[in-house]
Amino acid sequence: MLDIGLSHYLTLAAVLFTIGVFGIFLNRKNVIIILMSIEMMLLSVNINFVAFSSFLEDLSGQVFTMFVLTVAAAEAAIGLAILVVFFRNKGSIAVDDISTLKG
Amino acid sequence: MTAAVWNWSEIIPALPEVFLAVSAMVLLVLGACQKNGGLKLIGTLSVAALAVAMVLTLKADWTPVTVFSGQFLSDGFSSYMKILVLGGLIATIMLSMRYLVQENMGRFEYPVLILLAGVGMMIMLSANSFLSLYVGLELQSLSLYVLAAIRRDDAKSSEAGLKYFVLGALASGMLLFGISLVYGYVGAVGFDAVADTLAAATAEGTVAPGAIIGMVFILVAIAFKVSAVPFHMWTPDVYEGAPTSVTALFAIVPKVAAIGLLMRLLFDPFVSLMPDWQQVVWFLSAASMAWGGFAGIVQGNIKRLFAYSSIGNIGFALVGIVAGTADGVAASILYMTIYMIMTAGTFGIIMMMRRNGVAVERITDLAGLSKTHPACAYAMTALMFSMSGIPPLAGFFGKLVVFQALIASGFYVLAVLGLVSSVVAAYYYLRIIKVMFFDEAEAPLDRESAPMRTLVLTLSIIFIAGFVLVPETLMHTSQEAAAVLLPAND
Repeated sequence: MLDIGLSHYLTLAAVLFTIGVFGIFLNRKNVIIILMSIEMMLLSVNINFVAFSSFLEDLSGQVFTMFVLTVAAAEAAIGLAILVVFFRNKGSIAVDDISTLKG
Repeated sequence: MTAAVWNWSEIIPALPEVFLAVSAMVLLVLGACQKNGGLKLIGTLSVAALAVAMVLTLKADWTPVTVFSGQFLSDGFSSYMKILVLGGLIATIMLSMRYLVQENMGRFEYPVLILLAGVGMMIMLSANSFLSLYVGLELQSLSLYVLAAIRRDDAKSSEAGLKYFVLGALASGMLLFGISLVYGYVGAVGFDAVADTLAAATAEGTVAPGAIIGMVFILVAIAFKVSAVPFHMWTPDVYEGAPTSVTALFAIVPKVAAIGLLMRLLFDPFVSLMPDWQQVVWFLSAASMAWGGFAGIVQGNIKRLFAYSSIGNIGFALVGIVAGTADGVAASILYMTIYMIMTAGTFGIIMMMRRNGVAVERITDLAGLSKTHPACAYAMTALMFSMSGIPPLAGFFGKLVVFQALIASGFYVLAVLGLVSSVVAAYYYLRIIKVMFFDEAEAPLDRESAPMRTLVLTLSIIFIAGFVLVPETLMHTSQEAAAVLLPAND
């Protein structure tokens, strides 16, 4: 029988984090998917914190997780609000339409 | 760890933050009760609140003290940086009041959001653990995302807000991932505990690679926040799209706070990993100086140009950190102080650029300024000479001290790169002067009197011209602030 150890949790978190980062850069369709990717990055970090907290037998990691969850909620609210404003001006939330400003 | 019993006297070192947070909430309620927008009242009261917070910081005891179970640290370094931040916020509100009314975006939320961003920046600067660092950074960032998109009916502003939000959230994710790795491999989130553990591990040569990877993730996230190359992609777009008053805020204040935070991180918890982070910061600094110089040359929009200028200037500020000595940090602090004051003056001029009641932002719109608005043209000339580092203006001394510190630490290649980029960047600063004095204007810019903006501009000019006469005061203060951060090298 396979024992699930710290490294399994860390691998899972790293994989989820990478998927989140790639979701932001490779996605060409929809801004909502970007918001989902951001959430996924934050939640993968939470897995890291909880796994380390349990492994180190130290509570501050779990306290940190609570803070991350709270801030992530505020961040999602602000992101969606900005997205609504953007949609009202452009009539679209396709990633390709975020292109007025170029460098 | 302090005692678990809550003691009210613990609040005293955090009094400026508490005062500012409470006044932001009071002003929010007060603004909601006003019938006609209430921008003027709330704006004035916000400036007053920031000024009170500044006086509280000035009058506070600057001996290092840690409160709130080791989360919050108040010392000479954090207090000095907080005074800079508060001064910058006061200057931006004073600069932007007239602009907000002219552009029909005069809502009372604007100054309140600036206050909340200010609270976030002060918590960042006083953070003594990764937890308070994260909360302060997010409070600052979330307020700034909203400010970038505050012009709800403008497609460019909302696009700028969206871009800033997505890339800022990505940076927060990186920061958190880095913090989680550092927590896991070091076993603590408090700066003191991290510093002790890392120092012991370095002495034995057993630093976990995970801790170093975590530190690099954290560095990348902060590089996003200070817009150092190669993490600068958002800067030109956000600077161009956001309303000019918000651009002024972005250019002046958050960078000072983020550089302060970077110094705290590198010289407090991560000081024993100096050889590792020096390479990273070396690269960030060289790339920022070079890209800020070369990419600025082709810009036609003045807000975009100053985005590249700010990228380049961050590179110069990082030079002092690469040096890794108390002199280097002092030079970096002084550089940011001078940069902040110069930028405040420059944006005073940029916000003046209106033709027939419409804001214009191309560099060529400044043509013929020397004939139509001679005072503005001479003020801008002084600012641009100072930015490009021509003696005897303040900008020259900023560059001089960072390079002195760098040479003293033996980083000759970076010093040469910096000097070359500085010459390249001088091209676009001098081009603005050429456009103002030698090009013919199509139509003159509007004449208007904005007493608050003129006051900020005048103070900025007096500072950059007068710095050469009394440089000791500021240099001495920045050295004292740096000595707090690096007591060993003192």
